Amino acid sequence: MLIPCPWCGEREETEFHYGGQAHVAYPDDPSAVDDAGWAAYLFVRDNSKGWFAERWLHRAGCQRWFNAVRHTVTYEIAAAYPPGATRPVIG
Amino acid sequence: MSGWQVTPRLPDHPNFLWAEAEPKPAYDVVVVGAGGHGLATAYYLAKEHGITNVAVVERGWLGGGNMARNTTIIRSNYLWDESAGIYEHALKLWEGLEAELDCSIAFSQRGVLNLAHSLGDVREGRRRVNANQLNGIDAQWLGPEDVQKLAPIIDISTDVRYPVLGATYQPRAGIAKHDWVAWGYARAAHALGVDLIQGCEVTGLRREGERVVGVDTARGPIRAGRVALAAAGHSSVLLSTLGIRLPLQSYPLQALVSELLDQVLDTVVMSNAVHVYVSQAHKGELVMGAGIDSYVGYGQRGSFPVIEHQMAAAVELFPIFARAHVLRTWGGIVDVSPDASPIVGLTPYAGLYVNCGWGTGGFKATPGVGSVFADTIAHDRPHPLAAPFTMERFATGALIDEHGAAAVAH
Repeated sequence: MLIPCPWCGEREETEFHYGGQAHVAYPDDPSAVDDAGWAAYLFVRDNSKGWFAERWLHRAGCQRWFNAVRHTVTYEIAAAYPPGATRPVIG
Repeated sequence: MSGWQVTPRLPDHPNFLWAEAEPKPAYDVVVVGAGGHGLATAYYLAKEHGITNVAVVERGWLGGGNMARNTTIIRSNYLWDESAGIYEHALKLWEGLEAELDCSIAFSQRGVLNLAHSLGDVREGRRRVNANQLNGIDAQWLGPEDVQKLAPIIDISTDVRYPVLGATYQPRAGIAKHDWVAWGYARAAHALGVDLIQGCEVTGLRREGERVVGVDTARGPIRAGRVALAAAGHSSVLLSTLGIRLPLQSYPLQALVSELLDQVLDTVVMSNAVHVYVSQAHKGELVMGAGIDSYVGYGQRGSFPVIEHQMAAAVELFPIFARAHVLRTWGGIVDVSPDASPIVGLTPYAGLYVNCGWGTGGFKATPGVGSVFADTIAHDRPHPLAAPFTMERFATGALIDEHGAAAVAH
């Protein structure tokens, strides 16, 4: 799989480290989160069969994190964008 | 010229092991997934609990998922009491399974070595041997020379990247022919009245209020008193139709075989650190498991760098393997939980039961989880051996961390 780093362009997947689902925000008010809420934040992620926004680190390249929207069946990558940017609408 | 007109005729088909069924409008129990776990669950529902109005529905074909894609390793040398309970229960059932199902499954208790390559591995392995012995599981610690006696082709020299510093050994562990296990359970379940329905994808779960009352399938709705999911990597997809989110991530896990070779290895060798686990099948292929891909995937194929990494380590551990060739590689979708232990039991919806999260190691549990899951469904409460494996443990913190015993070579 070739992964398009927003800064370096397409590179082999072995240059990257996977970071799991993107756009998972830390709770706004941590002291208000109960056990079930912490379990959901710590352990539960989407497990999409289809388009999935996920984090990648270009470990053997520029060493910068970014997000990509990848299809988990075809592995097509429709977008790669810097952290902090809004997820593009795809599919 | 009429003498030339011979009606072509094939020999009669041999007897089928089971008959394909058309879905009925309703069943007492619908089991989703005709892999080993689903078939075993249906069998024990019928055999142990007298519940025979059961359908096993399968989107593909019987035993076409992970049941016939795994590396067939059977063992029970897990660290924690909870795991020892369910895996050892399974191993004891494996030991009587050929008689139980009245068919051969080529069960071979040839032992398993789990290699240690670092001081950390040694300490973890010795601790696990002690824990196993306290749970009545046959486990021993072996030094490098004893490892080589059991597997002479292992390189135990010290000047290599991953030296063999010792190994845990479970003599009662082994392998079985995984597709025969699926067929054995299918035949036995069918004989007890269970309907086996292939090519029937479940697309949704039907509910009335807080109760699940059936499934929607590609071949129409089926009502069910109880619905039991045994869908491995696709469990999240099914449960998401009810808004249930489980702490599971699905990844491709790969395996490969060599060509048929003379017998060179008569035990199972696993190395978690270098992601190699290998046995030699009865007909002579080296069967090797690789790691999971690092990223979520449902493609039933894996990434090639994983195979390259795995082969590099295998050839270092077993220099003779450099003469062998990779004949086939394939992948299956495994559902991995945060603590490398399964989720088995009840759900927030009455009438809905889940069995998932077995990750990379579900095959060995097949008879054990089949009997325990069937008991859970029949009595609508967790079987004592399943009770620790609830989805609530992620909120209570009572995790069952088996990354050491499972790792990728689960």
